[in-house]
Amino acid sequence: MKYVDAFRDGELARGIAAAIAREASPARRYAFMEFCGGHTHAISRYGLADLLPPQVRMIHGPGCPVCVLPIGRIDQAIRLALDEGVTLCTYADTLRVPASAGLTMLRARAQGADIRMVYSAAEALALARREPGRQVVFFAIGFETTTPPTALLIRQAAALGLANFSVLCCHVLTPPAIAAILDAPEARAPGGVALDGFIGPAHVSTVIGSRPYARFAAEYRKPVVIAGFEPLDVMQAILMLVRQVNDGRAEVENEFTRAVTDDGNLKAQALMADVFALRESFEWRGLGVLPRSALRIHERYAAFDAEARFGLVYVPVADHKACECGPILRGVKAPLDCKLFGTVCTPDTPMGACMVSSEGACAAHYTYGRVRDPAGPH
Amino acid sequence: MLQLISEVFGRAFDNEWLRRGDDGAVLPAPAAGERLVIATDAHVVSPLFFPGGDIGCLAVHGTINDVAMMGARPLYLAASFILEEGFPLAELARIVASMAAAAKEAGVPVVTGDTKVVEKGKGDGIFITTTGVGALPAGRELSGANARPGDAVIVSGTLGDHGMAIMARREGLAFESGIRSDTAALHGLVESALAAVPGLRVLRDPTRGGLAATLNEIARQSGVGIVLDEMALPVNPQVAAACEFLGLDPLHIANEGKLIAICAADEADALVAALRAHPLGARAARVGEVCADERCFVQMKTALGGRRMVDWLASEQLPRIC
Ligand code: SF4
Repeated sequence: MKYVDAFRDGELARGIAAAIAREASPARRYAFMEFCGGHTHAISRYGLADLLPPQVRMIHGPGCPVCVLPIGRIDQAIRLALDEGVTLCTYADTLRVPASAGLTMLRARAQGADIRMVYSAAEALALARREPGRQVVFFAIGFETTTPPTALLIRQAAALGLANFSVLCCHVLTPPAIAAILDAPEARAPGGVALDGFIGPAHVSTVIGSRPYARFAAEYRKPVVIAGFEPLDVMQAILMLVRQVNDGRAEVENEFTRAVTDDGNLKAQALMADVFALRESFEWRGLGVLPRSALRIHERYAAFDAEARFGLVYVPVADHKACECGPILRGVKAPLDCKLFGTVCTPDTPMGACMVSSEGACAAHYTYGRVRDPAGPH
Repeated sequence: MLQLISEVFGRAFDNEWLRRGDDGAVLPAPAAGERLVIATDAHVVSPLFFPGGDIGCLAVHGTINDVAMMGARPLYLAASFILEEGFPLAELARIVASMAAAAKEAGVPVVTGDTKVVEKGKGDGIFITTTGVGALPAGRELSGANARPGDAVIVSGTLGDHGMAIMARREGLAFESGIRSDTAALHGLVESALAAVPGLRVLRDPTRGGLAATLNEIARQSGVGIVLDEMALPVNPQVAAACEFLGLDPLHIANEGKLIAICAADEADALVAALRAHPLGARAARVGEVCADERCFVQMKTALGGRRMVDWLASEQLPRIC
């Protein structure tokens, strides 16, 4: 909350909102997806839906690192801690994600697993150096933003020749996820969700640049506007998307020029290319198994790959039957469409991943959005 | 050890009741027509010392404030300590001195107390429980169940200072320097408020869970909704910046020297003026209003002109990862 700037921002936002209302044709609908959880958070936190005319609708996308992590991966991490006795270091958000057999990392911890919350990848490495007698595994999750720090960590571990440190790599890539949404049967079926454009990620794009989105404009004819995470950035991006649609354009535009370039961060990209390789396929929650959509640790650094070191096998696990996280992550359904929303499933007792992270569509709607729901038991 | 400890306490709190050395304190009955209010609070905090205060003064202020929020004049305190074996005597002396100073400043003596020492590993340094007794004048009826649609919601000052001072110290954040806990005894401020607006309906101190949790409690108790105006909320710039950095919301962060008051809309200006005239209420502001809503939602008009829920906090706020 930037209270200092709030007055100015409020006025600017009203100006942009007025332009959107003026320019968005009442004769058609505009459905835009904000890919990133960071944008979802800004939209919900500032109530931006109230500033948009009824014909402009925002759909929450899958860009929440915790939400797209499938149960099978959480299981792997928990089993490592419980069965192999390793010390598992993880970001806070993953601790409460439901896994198999009624477990979460928090519950596994209560059963004696040594699972520790870290704020940064570097903390995990520091722990391994401090306690050489302990096998430390870092549970690496996230999109391209969190990937370079993990790469750096693995390089450091290699330079130090650490024998008690490895990484369970679950890093995923943004562009294949966008492609999957556009390729999903619902997106193509008549009467399905016709997306009219995307708000492209802020931080991810500082790393990968704006070029990887070019094919969504060229091949799929979908406008993309890369935007920062401030609410004004989001409003400006929506206006730019409306204008592209009105003009019949499909281009990659960059609202976030203060941080994103065409090429992105070449140094970070080189680092990632050195340490990681593309996985043939990876299971995403909600999007299913996507080819070439995630990273594994390159053979060069196999010594630091927890999957290799502990001979892990991936076992896919189905989500809770009633949980609609899948269709919600694909933008086909909304949280209110889920029977469990707000009754069985709340941020206190999450049944699915979208309710765990504050950036998840269900959590964002529960925490911020319910004022707009029709009166009812929720 | 216990001998040493009792000397530390005796010296710090010295008063007629403690000097007598009996098992309890004999106190005069309240004036005719007055009722007794009693409140108790257990205090655990890490770190024990933080910018703006320590667990000692916090234990005094917290309980005085609970009594004061009922509209009562706090009169006496009781204190019990649980110490972990090996707790440094010098730190204990510092904490006790801070408690004594806070009690003296507030004019509320600690008239009885107890100390237990537990084995190492069975406690976390020091726990302090305080109990306060106060006298409630006839005619004052404050309760979280009294809010009515149309009422004004007022806060006595900036939000989130205490919790952020603690968090900044705990996380070793570089910007901690400027942020201080607001811990303070509020009974004087409460008397000023009640003198100006005797018909005050609700008083609460938004401690754990911050303004958001306390307003949700009031909304539930009263069966009403509350609409906040984000632009009106007073927040220290450093606290706002720290929140931004950590992805936290000042509405959910604890205060130890602020109150929320709810009164009839036409008395709101008088109440804000009375609060502002007191040094602890200089940044008092009218921040929202009570509305009819059977769902008992607390919501906020955001600075950008949208609406959103202000929910209780699901679980402890944790910084976001990306
Ligand atoms: S409300 Fe819960 S169960 Fe339903 S889709 Fe969302 S996360 Fe899944």
